[in-house]
Amino acid sequence: MTSSTVADSGAAGPSTGDGPGRRSIGRAVIDAVTTANSWMVTILAILLAFVVGGVIIVLSDPGVLRRFEYFFSRPSDALEAVWESVSGAYSALLRGSILDPEDLREAIAGEEPWTEVFEPLSETLTYATPLILMGLAVALAFRAGMFNIGVEGQAVLGALTAALAGFGLSLPAGLHLVVALLAGIAGGALWGLIPGWLKARTGAHEVITTIMLNYIAGSLLLYLINLDGIHHPERNDAISKPVYDTALLPRLAGDQLRLNLGILIALLAAGGVAWLLQRSTIGFEFRAVGSNPDAARTAGMSVGKTYVLVMAFAGGLAGLGGASVLLGIATSSALTPAIIGGIGFDGITVALLGRARPWGVVLAGLLFGALRAGAPGMQAVADVPVQMVTILQALIVMFIAAPAFVKEVFRLRQSRAGALGQTLAKGWNG
Amino acid sequence: MTTENHGTSPVGRTEGAHTALQTRPSPQPAIEEVAESTTARGFWTRSHRAGTLFAVLGIAAAVGFGALAPSDQDARFRLSESADGFTIPIPAAAGAIAFGVLCAVAGVLLFTGVTRRFFGWSVGVALTSLLLSFLCWQVAGETMAVVTVAQTTLLLSLPLILGSLSGVLCERAGVINIAIEGQFLAGACAGALVGTLASNLWVGLAASALAGLFIAWLLAIFAIRYLVDQVVLGVVLNVFALGLTGFLFSRLMQPEQQTYNNPGTFKEVSIPLLSDIPFLGPVLFEASMFLYIALALVVIIQIGLFHTRWGLRVRAVGEHPTAADTVGIRVNRVRYLNVLYGGLVAGIGGAFFTLGRVGPFQENMTDGKGFIALAALIFGRWSPTGALAAALLFGFAEQLQIYLSAIGSEIPSEILAMAPYLATLLAVAGLIGKVRAPAADGQPYVNR
Repeated sequence: MTSSTVADSGAAGPSTGDGPGRRSIGRAVIDAVTTANSWMVTILAILLAFVVGGVIIVLSDPGVLRRFEYFFSRPSDALEAVWESVSGAYSALLRGSILDPEDLREAIAGEEPWTEVFEPLSETLTYATPLILMGLAVALAFRAGMFNIGVEGQAVLGALTAALAGFGLSLPAGLHLVVALLAGIAGGALWGLIPGWLKARTGAHEVITTIMLNYIAGSLLLYLINLDGIHHPERNDAISKPVYDTALLPRLAGDQLRLNLGILIALLAAGGVAWLLQRSTIGFEFRAVGSNPDAARTAGMSVGKTYVLVMAFAGGLAGLGGASVLLGIATSSALTPAIIGGIGFDGITVALLGRARPWGVVLAGLLFGALRAGAPGMQAVADVPVQMVTILQALIVMFIAAPAFVKEVFRLRQSRAGALGQTLAKGWNG
Repeated sequence: MTTENHGTSPVGRTEGAHTALQTRPSPQPAIEEVAESTTARGFWTRSHRAGTLFAVLGIAAAVGFGALAPSDQDARFRLSESADGFTIPIPAAAGAIAFGVLCAVAGVLLFTGVTRRFFGWSVGVALTSLLLSFLCWQVAGETMAVVTVAQTTLLLSLPLILGSLSGVLCERAGVINIAIEGQFLAGACAGALVGTLASNLWVGLAASALAGLFIAWLLAIFAIRYLVDQVVLGVVLNVFALGLTGFLFSRLMQPEQQTYNNPGTFKEVSIPLLSDIPFLGPVLFEASMFLYIALALVVIIQIGLFHTRWGLRVRAVGEHPTAADTVGIRVNRVRYLNVLYGGLVAGIGGAFFTLGRVGPFQENMTDGKGFIALAALIFGRWSPTGALAAALLFGFAEQLQIYLSAIGSEIPSEILAMAPYLATLLAVAGLIGKVRAPAADGQPYVNR
């Protein structure tokens, strides 16, 4: 559907279109920042999103708005309030996701442990883990021409099967973790297989079928949580038994920090997807079907088989993401109805920001992970609700998806590498 | 269903020509047959598939529900509002068997093609008898207050009807609207916020419509002007609306509920005389104002789309924009306007969640209803009446879920909650005929 264009637009790096060695470095830099290449559009889209976010913060702050009532007598008051409100929010966001200078000073002075200093980074990486895995699940399907909105449901299934393996089996540490992760992959792959098969067999559009499967997965989870044997025997609310400690993802930097093995698995998965797409025969078929199914069919590839296969792979990645939530982040290491809670939909935005390229997804996952990690601090310090992060995320992706809009706003010149790929779509029948 | 014919008929054919063709008893094949021959795969035509499905389901229901239902108890359906009023008792086992058989008979008739003219009605009869067979089993020994069930079904269906109408308006003109959920949320939030600030429900309702319009405007600008993939855009707009309304809720409406989030609700409107009719009166004529709006919109949009010049243009733009452009229709203008109309309608649908039912706004209070509305749109094959039927069916499924857990049924409510989604899944997989979207749905039109 969108894959080819989403993917190809990433090809125009900052230097593409410049004659090699013809112009001075300065000229090349100026070109890079004034033309509509994909790096520039990405950076400006993020900038624009933060500006719009700032406007929303100001507009919803009664204290700042009150200063605007006498704007013409003392404009400095209002402007100062605007600056304080917005910079307060965004700096709290940074302190919560990367580094708090205050903590650093105290740690150097020996007043508090160094773990406090690394906590923001640890949180960022922890939040980024499922985002990267689920972003990969969307991105991979994109490259084969399918829009996988079903990541949420596939992740739910992955968490579910990982949980079943996590408290249903008792195995030695290490092996148990591997089995639980594999169970998660299998559960997600199964749930991804269905829309792939339906599309191959009946032509049913994957967007519709995956949306429906998301809700079916949600109901299934709710139903199973309350079953005897799965439900926590000592609790009245909807929560399952906790998985055994042997199945948990080990923490990487001590018990104080939540950073766990999941992030390495996510990076490994990104490498795997990159290898699959660039170096393997299957990956070549995925991309061929994604850019032109008819040509791929003419060349003797089985388009239907590719749809099934890519959705199974994507579902597996999403399932792994769901398992990583359960085994790494979930508070009591147990299933709850909201265990995935929209991370699957965030994964879609991650894939779009990463332009459906594996390493792009990693960067996008880190950015959105950082936003998630910084959000609670922003709410506590600057009184800006955590939902601001969702708004920013949506705005960033909206602008990324509309390069023509960003180009118009910032009056960028046409890139010499040609027009940026628009995400031209086919409809329900395509 | 008339939509089936529209779906496969070429754009230029007018409604008049279509009915003429359909009613003429000529040796020429009727349009349905033409339509069917293009979608059929060998033996498994639409009639054969649906017929087999309902025959099998009907027999299974007669045997299964008939065996499970206690033979010594009655399932009582009370048609009046008062507790001791008019009640129909149906012997549970016999009823379950009889309705199962009725469903099977409808299936056989569908299979033989005797009822081809009335495909939609036959499917309706088969589905209804299947449901009644199921109910005879479940309600055995209990009394179902049909009036209450019907009233709640309508209430639960209302946002679905309005949401899917928004989808009909957008998608018939060729713009995919996955952002119904976002339009709902925006409408619900704005209605409560502005309604409270202005202390006037009507102002709140207007704000709801405008909030839906705002999301629709973003959809239109980015889809039509900047050619963004409409499915991507819809998903992102949903996230945006969820974030924005959640932000406003946490920042203003939750901490200071009295000032920002206490709009009150519209009272039920009782139509004099008509509301005194037994059964129908309390269900249809003593209801939320939104019901009248929704039903009026169904009629207006159905007639507008299929019997007016405007509708012909909209459908032309949705099916074959290049042809429409050639005859002088301004394709993108039609699309802009239709997406905006859709936003207004979905915004009003959103208002129902707050101003129509509970009053205050809650974060993510629409809880995926926008996606069920999307399902209803697809299940109803992109037509207003089809969407109405699908919305009522889905609303009833939800009401049944509430009712059955109230009478302590052994059927888990979560399984019933899957029903609308499973039904839509089966529908798009082509189990009963082929579900076909407007041909140019989702494709941006660039004038070359």
